[in-house]
Amino acid sequence: MTSSRLPRVVLYLTLLFLVGPFLVVFIAAFGGEPTLKFPPSSFSTQWFGRVLGVEAFRGSFWTSLWLGLASTGLALLLGVPVAYALSRYRLPGAAAVQTLLTSPALVPGLVVGLALLQYFVNLGGSVYPSLLAAHTALLLPYVVRVVSTSLVNLRPDIEEAAMSLGASRLTAFRLVVLPNIRGGVAAAAVLAFITSFDQVAVSLFLTGPGVSTLPIAMLTFMEYNYDPTIAALSTLLIAFSVGLVLIFERLLGLSRYV
Amino acid sequence: MSHLLLERLHLRYGAAPAVADLNLEVKDGELVSLLGPSGCGKTTTMRAVAGLLAPSSGRILLAGQDITHLPPNKRDIGLVFQSYALFPHLSAFENVAFGLRLRRVQDSELRRRVGAALDVVGLSDLADRLPANLSGGQQQRVALARAFVIEPRLLLLDEPLSNLDAKLRLDMRGELRRIQRELGVTMLYVTHDQDEALALSDRIVIMRAGRIEQQGTPEEVYARPSTPFVADFMGWQNILAAAAVPDALRRAHPAATHFAWRPETVTLGHGTTSGRVLARTYQGEHLEYLLESPLGRVKAFAPTGAAWSEGSEVTFELSTERAAALRDA
Repeated sequence: MTSSRLPRVVLYLTLLFLVGPFLVVFIAAFGGEPTLKFPPSSFSTQWFGRVLGVEAFRGSFWTSLWLGLASTGLALLLGVPVAYALSRYRLPGAAAVQTLLTSPALVPGLVVGLALLQYFVNLGGSVYPSLLAAHTALLLPYVVRVVSTSLVNLRPDIEEAAMSLGASRLTAFRLVVLPNIRGGVAAAAVLAFITSFDQVAVSLFLTGPGVSTLPIAMLTFMEYNYDPTIAALSTLLIAFSVGLVLIFERLLGLSRYV
Repeated sequence: MSHLLLERLHLRYGAAPAVADLNLEVKDGELVSLLGPSGCGKTTTMRAVAGLLAPSSGRILLAGQDITHLPPNKRDIGLVFQSYALFPHLSAFENVAFGLRLRRVQDSELRRRVGAALDVVGLSDLADRLPANLSGGQQQRVALARAFVIEPRLLLLDEPLSNLDAKLRLDMRGELRRIQRELGVTMLYVTHDQDEALALSDRIVIMRAGRIEQQGTPEEVYARPSTPFVADFMGWQNILAAAAVPDALRRAHPAATHFAWRPETVTLGHGTTSGRVLARTYQGEHLEYLLESPLGRVKAFAPTGAAWSEGSEVTFELSTERAAALRDA
């Protein structure tokens, strides 16, 4: 009996290890005390109201949302053609491009952030374009990787079939390739958006006076306030991410691609 | 009148020449097979005709028009792949309708033509199914309907039956012939299966290492092979160098380098040469004997009644009238 119970115990402990931190944050968000405490000794929902009252959160939420959507859009616009070219053509230097595209995901974010800071300071770029460019570069590897996976599973000869039926290369891509990698593109979009939305390391260096993303605003807030507001906000963000993933999973079966 | 004309076509695959100096003519309404082992250049030739591969030199003419540099979508050439290459996200109906939609055919006309095409291949009942829910044979029928519904000037088929099982392959072979007759469409058919080529073709073009080895009607290439390569491909399993055969035969065909006999024409039990039975294999209608003889190894078919055991000596005759005189190219 014990031998069959042991794996199950290990499984539950692992799950607890993974989900535990989230549970702590979730429970602490409903604490009644004025400082963050676990377990809380009284119950309150006032902190959720307080989140909406903090000006820095409201502004930075819209910045993060805008930044996440725009950089995801740009990364898809660049990444889908790159993934297509890498999978369909024997290009000279394809391996180098592949390595180059993977490197931002391998180099620590702080290093990338510092490098980009130097770069943009020298270019004299303003905050918003710098953030957008940095995030786009950061998301590109994820997009290329995920979209490539779904292209590998798609036969190239269906494009030839489409062309023999009268489609140009571009029409063949639009009518035959795109519908069949829809799921991969959607998965890449969700992954990219979430990566941008909770990006700290790179944004840290590039946010400027008056411009902040939500994660940076949260860090700044915590330096001066240690009440459950931050736990309430974290809970809302977790719900937001989980909701996003669930919707796409329902619509497209996301887990097949990531 | 010639419909498709390949003039001095040279094709490269990577650095190596895949097809060299190919000249080929296909007449209107004709079904011509390109037959040969893998790597002989038959598929490369077909891809060049489809526009998926640019020739390094030479010309391709279709109905008198030079299409050598025309992109594939402007050629009006239907293509059927070995892998079917159906669009996985579209139903059988929409797969067939694809080419018509690109041609902006009106909806009522489109429904009529797609319906008729699905009817020809016997799939009217399965029009709404996705390719994943069709069997291999059904998928190949959809691929065929999709290719001919646009009424192409030429239909190219690249080993269309080789992914099907043996029984289905025979059925589809008959179907293909019927459809080709019904529609009167000119077809270029690529295959490595000589039975398929013999059964389907008006004319067979046998390719070897990027060149045409021999061409002719099925009867011609089957009964009168001109080179050892063609003879071997057509089942003339006994090929002997000219030096090994009796003088009388050699004198009758002074230019021949080799002579060939089909195993069913080798008579066992009487004759001028003797050989030892190396192996005996039961093949249903007959027994197949492999003999070791002074002439070399000889294969012969004999009725199942007669029986020589392995290791025993048997006399045989290679008849002069049934020999094919070959000339190595």
